[in-house]
Amino acid sequence: MEENNIIVVEGLYKKFGSFVANDNLNFTVRKGEIFGFLGANGAGKTTAIKILSGLSKPTSGKVIVAGCNVKHEANKLKKNIGYMSQRFSLYDDMTVKENFRFYGGIYGLSAKEIKLKTDHLLRKLDMVENKDVLLKKLPLGWKQKLAFSVAVMHDPAVVFLDEPTGGVDPITRRQFWEMIYEKSLEGTTIFVTTHYMDEAEYCERVSIMAEGKIEALDTPANLKKQFKVETMDDVFVKIARKES
Amino acid sequence: MSVSVHINSIEKKFEKVEALKKLSLNIEEGELFGFIGPDGSGKTTLFRLITSLLIPDGGNIKVGELDSETDFREIRKITGYMPGRFSLYHDLSVEENLNFYASIFNTTLKKNYHLIKDVYEQIEPFKKRKAGALSGGMKQKLALSCALIHKPELLILDEPTTGVDAVSRKEFWELLKKMQKTGITILVSTPYMDEASLCDRVALMQKGSLLALDSPENIVKKYDGDLWQLSSSNMHTIIADLSEVGSGIKNIFRFGEKVHITSNGLNLEEVKSVITEELKSKGHNNIIVEAAKPQIEDCFLDLMEEN
Repeated sequence: MEENNIIVVEGLYKKFGSFVANDNLNFTVRKGEIFGFLGANGAGKTTAIKILSGLSKPTSGKVIVAGCNVKHEANKLKKNIGYMSQRFSLYDDMTVKENFRFYGGIYGLSAKEIKLKTDHLLRKLDMVENKDVLLKKLPLGWKQKLAFSVAVMHDPAVVFLDEPTGGVDPITRRQFWEMIYEKSLEGTTIFVTTHYMDEAEYCERVSIMAEGKIEALDTPANLKKQFKVETMDDVFVKIARKES
Repeated sequence: MSVSVHINSIEKKFEKVEALKKLSLNIEEGELFGFIGPDGSGKTTLFRLITSLLIPDGGNIKVGELDSETDFREIRKITGYMPGRFSLYHDLSVEENLNFYASIFNTTLKKNYHLIKDVYEQIEPFKKRKAGALSGGMKQKLALSCALIHKPELLILDEPTTGVDAVSRKEFWELLKKMQKTGITILVSTPYMDEASLCDRVALMQKGSLLALDSPENIVKKYDGDLWQLSSSNMHTIIADLSEVGSGIKNIFRFGEKVHITSNGLNLEEVKSVITEELKSKGHNNIIVEAAKPQIEDCFLDLMEEN
């Protein structure tokens, strides 16, 4: 079981001055799991994601992601993870193909690998005809799918998705989740935050943070049972409003 | 005091993109009216036209008796507008921002404190803090306070709850309901379908046109398909595994812990047998199929498919 855990967090603390942003976090995430990381604004999610992706160092505690200790192997870690944020980091003034080439280069793929990956992903996204279009000319839904494809083009062990589906129509939002499922079946671990509570149901397990602590962690079905409510929305409200 | 809004076959183009396509609708005095739709559906453009910040290419908009093109000065006096992007002064404190907006409208924070009390109280302990250093939720409350400081008759909120967590969203809507009781017309846009049920009436928008215009109850009532929900032992592959199911099944969408499907003239037993056979052949167990009650999002998906 142990080597199956791609993320291991033990006693993670992060302090900014006297403010405790992450207060003794403990959890593991399996290889290929879709893990929902929820919490109210300001609960400490972004701080934790920054630590898990090697952008920030923990004050104390052990954090292993994709076999790397985030404290002193941050550079090695970055080769093994992908990241996509709500403000996706693709370049608006580059074409679709140039974005692939640029990120492939950053991730250290060879020219041949980049070409193979780009062709494959363009076909999968049904965007072959648009490969030379500037990114800023594309609709938001296409950009999101593209940003996800770029974030996983180097086949990372874990991909972090920070509110990936904001603003798109309900059909595109569902197509995006089909891409997530497909990638998880290939063995990539998906670590995702969202404010859409129906999307919390799409995750295998969900953690909910409040005031720096993980207040609940289980499958959506078990969480609903535990809090004796019908929906994930109600679970979330109970935890974030501290009613019990 | 509140005011009505009349939108008459309004058109707006940006280069080749038709942002609004001959859109017409009327909003009544004191209504809490929701514009529901994804990015690019034209919500923001419409709000900028109503607030006189853009000029239409065709049609006209009346706020009460005022025309949005010729009476723009008057409209701006009675309108409170909270844009989607935080647009206050980052390097002014909370209090300075409020005083600044109050002075623009020839009033003072002291004089109109009662108007913003419910919202402002929550950020008042931080009134000396620079606006740029506030959290997302606090910025939103400051922006709302600034939009209310001159006692507007019409309040326009562009996606106030985007990127806001589920609890803060609930609190924000409770605040809007309370504000509505003071007799103000409120227009609010959102990409969250579940917020539609909190409005008196909603416009479902897609690519610059109306998909539907009615009370949320009526929109759901008018849903005219057969809707079923199903679940199985393997929800992660269920959509992919149903991709080849034919015979009468129309749409298949994931909905939280269930899948919603629509069908053409099949009864429950027929749907059950088609679905169960297909999923069993792909190794699913615990297959449950039952009739489902449509939600606003079902209606939106259905209307999107029709268009």
